[in-house]
Amino acid sequence: MVKTMNKAIKWLLVLLTIAPALAGTAMAQKYYTKNGTISFFSKTSIENISADNNQVVSVLNTQNGELQFSLIIKNFHFKKALMEEHFNENYLESDKFPKATFKGNITDLAKVNFTTDGSYNVNIGGDLSMHGVSKKISAVGTITVKAGKIAGSSRFLVKPSEYDIRIPKLVKDNIAETIEITVSCNYDQKM
Amino acid sequence: MQLKNKILLGACTLFISANTMGQQKDSTDLMNTLEKETGTTVNYTTATFKTTRLVNGHTVENVGKGVLDVKISHRFGTLNKGGYELFGLDNATMRMGLDYGITPNLMVGIGRSTFEKTYDAFFKIKILRQSSGKRNMPVTLSYIPTVALKTLRWADPSRKNYYSSRLFYTHQLLIARKFSAGTSLQLMPTFIHRNLAALKADPNDILAIGIGGRQKLTKRLSLNAEYYYQLPGHKIDSSTNSLSIGIDIETGGHVFQLHFTNSVGMSERTFISENTGKWEKGDILFGFNISRVFNIGKRR
Repeated sequence: MVKTMNKAIKWLLVLLTIAPALAGTAMAQKYYTKNGTISFFSKTSIENISADNNQVVSVLNTQNGELQFSLIIKNFHFKKALMEEHFNENYLESDKFPKATFKGNITDLAKVNFTTDGSYNVNIGGDLSMHGVSKKISAVGTITVKAGKIAGSSRFLVKPSEYDIRIPKLVKDNIAETIEITVSCNYDQKM
Repeated sequence: MQLKNKILLGACTLFISANTMGQQKDSTDLMNTLEKETGTTVNYTTATFKTTRLVNGHTVENVGKGVLDVKISHRFGTLNKGGYELFGLDNATMRMGLDYGITPNLMVGIGRSTFEKTYDAFFKIKILRQSSGKRNMPVTLSYIPTVALKTLRWADPSRKNYYSSRLFYTHQLLIARKFSAGTSLQLMPTFIHRNLAALKADPNDILAIGIGGRQKLTKRLSLNAEYYYQLPGHKIDSSTNSLSIGIDIETGGHVFQLHFTNSVGMSERTFISENTGKWEKGDILFGFNISRVFNIGKRR
C-alpha cells in the first residue's frame, strides 16, 4: 500500500515537472526563419539595379520584442553576373566582410497582439552592421498575425557612403546615393 | 527508499530551473545556432581573374550564362623598329572575338585574327571550382579545346595542298588558385597538334607548360604576367617562349588590358609554338585587349 502510494507520488512529481516544460514550448516566444528575403533597389536615370537574398536568418522574440537578422552577402543574386561579381569584389568586399547583421528591437511591442489576427505597424530600432561598419538605424515595419502565423516586413533607406562603400566617379551616375532595402520574413518556426 | 525519492526530487528541481533558465536566454544564442546551420554551404571562390584572358592566353574565368563578351585585341609592331615607325605603332595585327556563356561552366568562343588570316573556335569547360566551407577544393580546373583554321593562301599553289593542312588543334588544362583577394596563380599545361609542319625536322606535336598570375594593385587595377615554356624536344627549334606582362583596368562593364609581349599572334598555336620574338633583342610589342559584355540571354 505504502509502496503504491510512493510510486504514485513519484509519477505525480515527474508529471508536475515535465508539464510546464511542455507548456513552455507550446507557448513559444522565439519565432524564427531561415529563408527570409531581403532585397535592395537602386534607381537612377541610367539604370535600375536590384538584387535578392532569399537565405536570410531572422529571430523575433515576441515576449521582449528582440529582433535579429543575419545574411551572407554572397547570397545576394543579381540579374547580371558581372554586376554580382563587382558587388562582391569592389563594393561589399564579401571575402573580407562576409556577413551583414541587424540586432535591435521592436520599440513599441505593446501595440502588437500576437494572439489576435491583424496587421500592426511598429517601430524598429537597432544596429545594422555591414562592410565592417555598424550604425544605429530606425525603420518602420509591419507585423502581420494570421491564424497564429507571424510575418514581418519593412522598407527603409541606406546610404552606401555611411557604410564606407565607395562608388567611383566613373559609375557614380549608375548607382543611387540612397538604396532602398526591402525586408520580408515569415516566422514559420518557433522555439 | 527515502534516498531514492530525494534524488528524484532533486532531479526534478534541477530540470525546472534549467527549463526557466533556457527561456531567459538572449536571442543571440539562437541566431548563432541558426547561422551555423545555414553557414555550412559551399563557398565558391569568384573573380580569380578579372576577365577570361590573362594577356594572350586564357584564364579560368568564364563569362556568365547568357553573357556575350565582345573582345577586340591589338598588337602593334615591335619597339625596336625605332622612331620611324613610331616604335611599332605604325603596324598592327588584330583579333576580333565573340565569347558566349552557354551555362556558368561552359563557354564557347570564336575569333578571327588578321595574323595569318586565322579563324579560331574553342570551348571552355570548368571541371572543378575552388571552394571552401562544406566542400574544400583548393583549385579551379578548366579544359579548353581549340581548333584554328589558317586561311592564308598556299605558299606554293602548284603542289598538292590538303585542307587538313590548315588545321591546328590545341588542348589546354588550366589549374588556378586564388591565394588571397589580390593574388592568383595559374598553371597551363598545353598540347598543340599541327597536321602540317613547316620543316621535316619540326615536330607535329608541341608540349608546353604555362605559368601566369595576377596581383591586384587597387580594386580595379591588376598586374598580370604570363609565360609559356616549351618542353625541349617537343618544340620548333627556332621558336622562342612567350613572355607577357600587362595590366587590367576594369570600369564597370569594360575591361581594358594593356600589355607588353614578345608574341605577335593571339591564338594559342601562334603565340605558344610559333613565336619568334626575343625580349633581349627588343622584339617587344605593345598591345591591348578591350572587353565589353552584353547580357543577351536569360540568366535564370
